[in-house]
Amino acid sequence: MAVETRTGRTVKHHDNTYNVIGTTPIRHDGVEKVTGEALYGSDINLPGQFHGKVLRSPHAHARILSIDTSRAEALDGVHAVITGQDIPEPADKIISGGEGDGNLLKYKTENILARAKTHYHGHPVAAVAAISPHIAGQAVKLIDVTYEVLPAVLEVREAMAPDAPIIIEDLLTELDDQVISETPSNIAEKMVYETGDVDQGFEESDLIVDREFSFGVVHQGYIETHNATAHWLKDGNIHVWCSSQGAFSIRSELANILDHPITKIHVTPMEIGGGFGGKTTSYLEPLAALLSRKSGRPVKMNMDRDEVLKATGPTPGGYVRVKLGVTNAGIVKAGYAELAFDAGGFPGSVVGAGCKCVFAPYNMPNAKVVGYDVVVNKPKTHAYRAPGATHAEFASETVVDEICRELGLDPVEFRLQNSAKEGDWQLDEPPYARIGHIECVEAARDSDHWQTPLEQVPGKLRGRGIASGFWFNVGLTSSAIARLNSDGSVTLLEGSTDIGGTRTSVAMQFAETLGISVDDVFPIVADTDSVGQTDVTGGSRVTFATGIAAHDAANDMKQQIIAGLADLWEMSEDAITHRDGTFLTDGKSLTVREAALLLTDEEIFPVGRATVTPERVGGAFTTHIADVEVDGETGKVEILRYTAVQDAGVAIYPPYVEGQIQGGVVQGIGWALNEDYVYDDKGLLRNSSLLDYRMPTALDVPNIETIIVEVPNPGHPYGVRGVGEVPIVPPPAAVANAIHDATGLRLRDLPMSPARVQAALTSQNGDQT
Amino acid sequence: MRAIQYAAPTTVDDAVALLAEHGENARILAGGTDLIVQVREDGRDTELFVDAKGIPELTDLTVSADGTTTLGAATPCYELYGNDNFCAAYPAIVDAARIIGSTGIQGRASVGGNLCNAGPAGDSIPALIVHSAICNVAGPNGRREIAVEDFCTAPGRNSLEAGEMLVSLTLPSPPPNSGTHYLRFIPRNEMDIAVVGAGAFLQLDGDSITAARIALGAVAPTPLFVQAAGEALIGQTAGEAAFAAAAEIARDTASPIDDMRGTVAHRKQLSYVLTQRALRGALAHAQGGTPSNGH
Repeated sequence: MAVETRTGRTVKHHDNTYNVIGTTPIRHDGVEKVTGEALYGSDINLPGQFHGKVLRSPHAHARILSIDTSRAEALDGVHAVITGQDIPEPADKIISGGEGDGNLLKYKTENILARAKTHYHGHPVAAVAAISPHIAGQAVKLIDVTYEVLPAVLEVREAMAPDAPIIIEDLLTELDDQVISETPSNIAEKMVYETGDVDQGFEESDLIVDREFSFGVVHQGYIETHNATAHWLKDGNIHVWCSSQGAFSIRSELANILDHPITKIHVTPMEIGGGFGGKTTSYLEPLAALLSRKSGRPVKMNMDRDEVLKATGPTPGGYVRVKLGVTNAGIVKAGYAELAFDAGGFPGSVVGAGCKCVFAPYNMPNAKVVGYDVVVNKPKTHAYRAPGATHAEFASETVVDEICRELGLDPVEFRLQNSAKEGDWQLDEPPYARIGHIECVEAARDSDHWQTPLEQVPGKLRGRGIASGFWFNVGLTSSAIARLNSDGSVTLLEGSTDIGGTRTSVAMQFAETLGISVDDVFPIVADTDSVGQTDVTGGSRVTFATGIAAHDAANDMKQQIIAGLADLWEMSEDAITHRDGTFLTDGKSLTVREAALLLTDEEIFPVGRATVTPERVGGAFTTHIADVEVDGETGKVEILRYTAVQDAGVAIYPPYVEGQIQGGVVQGIGWALNEDYVYDDKGLLRNSSLLDYRMPTALDVPNIETIIVEVPNPGHPYGVRGVGEVPIVPPPAAVANAIHDATGLRLRDLPMSPARVQAALTSQNGDQT
Repeated sequence: MRAIQYAAPTTVDDAVALLAEHGENARILAGGTDLIVQVREDGRDTELFVDAKGIPELTDLTVSADGTTTLGAATPCYELYGNDNFCAAYPAIVDAARIIGSTGIQGRASVGGNLCNAGPAGDSIPALIVHSAICNVAGPNGRREIAVEDFCTAPGRNSLEAGEMLVSLTLPSPPPNSGTHYLRFIPRNEMDIAVVGAGAFLQLDGDSITAARIALGAVAPTPLFVQAAGEALIGQTAGEAAFAAAAEIARDTASPIDDMRGTVAHRKQLSYVLTQRALRGALAHAQGGTPSNGH
């Protein structure tokens, strides 16, 4: 059975044809999800469980002078109270963070539960387990904490100043693992990437545009809040059920934080109500485990929205400067950029990725990019959909637009002329393999949207903008285990949390390889004991990397079936071939189903398996077009029309690709126009609710039109590129360029809220009179 | 665990008796769309919900012989915009009722509750002010009336005394050749709180304005009746010049704050813009047209 839900179209740059890939079967988890039968973390209820609640810092920056838990412990129904002293003293070691940023274990641990200081408003200080959530909530209020409130610093450039309050008193700035600061600093790390001769490049430029940009903190806004249930058994085994983008990552973090043998930690991933990078790390899991050990019972914890916004891992605010030099003919000669990102209360922002993305869409012979990872009194930032790229490319793509205006160049032609292509240099990465930026720009140019002039209405300020985006995507490690059942069906175990329909997109690659119907593949997202190592669902990697694992597992199974048949038929394996799901030899032909019946009847049960760490990931490019209308009296920006063109390599399940594109664009529009953490002068977060943290609603965005470009990734057997992240990258730049087209204003601070647009319009009018 | 009691009296007297008995820990429950959220967030030490929806006087919507309308305090918003006569007579209140929360919220939420919650940004309050609504209050000492513009005293505070409850709102019959309009500015297009709201009432004699009232939301600790702006319009020819002058008064009267929902400068500008848009809408209605319900 198939569903037809395509809204966009595909521009193919290959001649491959497939039986399963590119079709639209009903997703395997669809019925459970739409009937409400699918189990999420908060559906876990264990016999005798207690409920945990967290006490959080009411201050942005404070020293903890004392914690008295006696009144909380005395409350009827309370069974455990923990503070930072209950977590093992962390060893001085590096553990791996979600999407690749290394972190010191001690910082990770202190972020889970404060020890000597609180680093941000909402930082956990203590936790309680009680017989009900209400009693736990009451008990939290009975914990007496004495704080010495310290001056808070929230903005990166202020935090970088020599006289700034120091948040981590022994933190020294490092560059390439060498300490470069003589005294403690909020700058945890400086990074410099350089190629060619940037001074020479600017010398050769006819026009240099040098601009500064700023960003507020933006949250992923997943609807399901964080939750975890943990049961620390008497024999030291710990079972955890949680909402996470990676059960294996949670297991590894727990082993490190709790200093506990990894084999005794068992993590079951539940269905997930959104993550976008924010659920690639642990918050509640270690607390629930410690409360379970102390109380002797399973402990269940759920965050509310206020806690999620205050104290999980939003994407950084920060500062970006971009300087670009071009010739009068529009040839890019040199680029210089500085990026300073909020790490939040502890080191480890995504600034490095931002640095490497800032000029990525262009072939740039001379470039230098300097990045700073800066500790501020805000929550520890974390990955959010193409982390770092949106900030960086907002800056570079609006500077490109400004250059095109200044030189009278067509922004499409400029991008085609300067586009990065196969073999071109990448900053601090191997040269590009086959990539599809040019093909995206061409498809955008040829689209109905670009070819249809924007209708101008008297009295309305309307404009159109275009911007491109790049994101690396990642590979990491994935596993798959496939069991051939006696009826010819396959049970496919994988470790990748299914966020975007990957059970189906992975099963389709398995079905394509073995030559069976995808309806005969039953994918299961397994726990950490039941499948091989699998890293987080992040970096747009699951359909790519877990897809390769499924492909390899199918080939493994195919070979085992051939071996089994060769054994039964007493012939050489070489005499049996496989084509389109049929095993052939002289005079004999068996489908997979027939082979399964035959083999299992003889007690032969093939199990295909693979664990892969693919390297040739295949970067993703995209080009977006936005039409806006600006209310000249109020500053409000409406998106009139939006088209996103994206290279998906090969789209396994095209409507899911379109869904990812549309979701990313909507999040990017929210980031562009309204989403922002609002802090008061004491560093307290004022808008920790979805009423005042303004994500777009269905009435705030038009239908997002999509065009899938297929330039196959040579690093994947079917040409897949990750698709989930890059669509968030261009929207702020495309919208800003459209606002400029409508009003003549260049907005360089996100969000471009009505108040900011109005203020800019007012000063523009003032300049004219 | 904290247990909360629930009572469903059927007369105003019984409700007042319950309020007297339980003091300020008893709370009148109408639609509950604000109250339940506040209690869940632990903002109030509530012991007793007194459900007002079982009291006929609080859910009535009646028009008397002289054209005066009595609107029960717990009447949900959807009943207002579902009533053609009410829509024709009180368009600004209907404008507000249509944008409070969402369609689902409007099935429960009441204009009376919106007023008692006394939020500076409460959408219905400027609309009630321009319609010259009177609050009918019952308490241990009997009944009294309060002009709606005097009802709110501070953010979240109103002029109800201990043991008092809002029973209904009296809405005068709309004068001939008059019209009203309410609109707000929000950064999104739904599910948001007014950065600024503006309501306007105009009565005409030909092209000349004979009466006018203007009220603003979210620019002061309480919804603001901008009496001077209305008075400045009297005797003027209805049109852009007069509206701009009134809007300047509204802008200058507004005393907003910077907060997570808006800035002082933006709210001042919005007071100016929205006052003009509200007046244009009121004029269109007075002239028999339908104002565009822009944001």
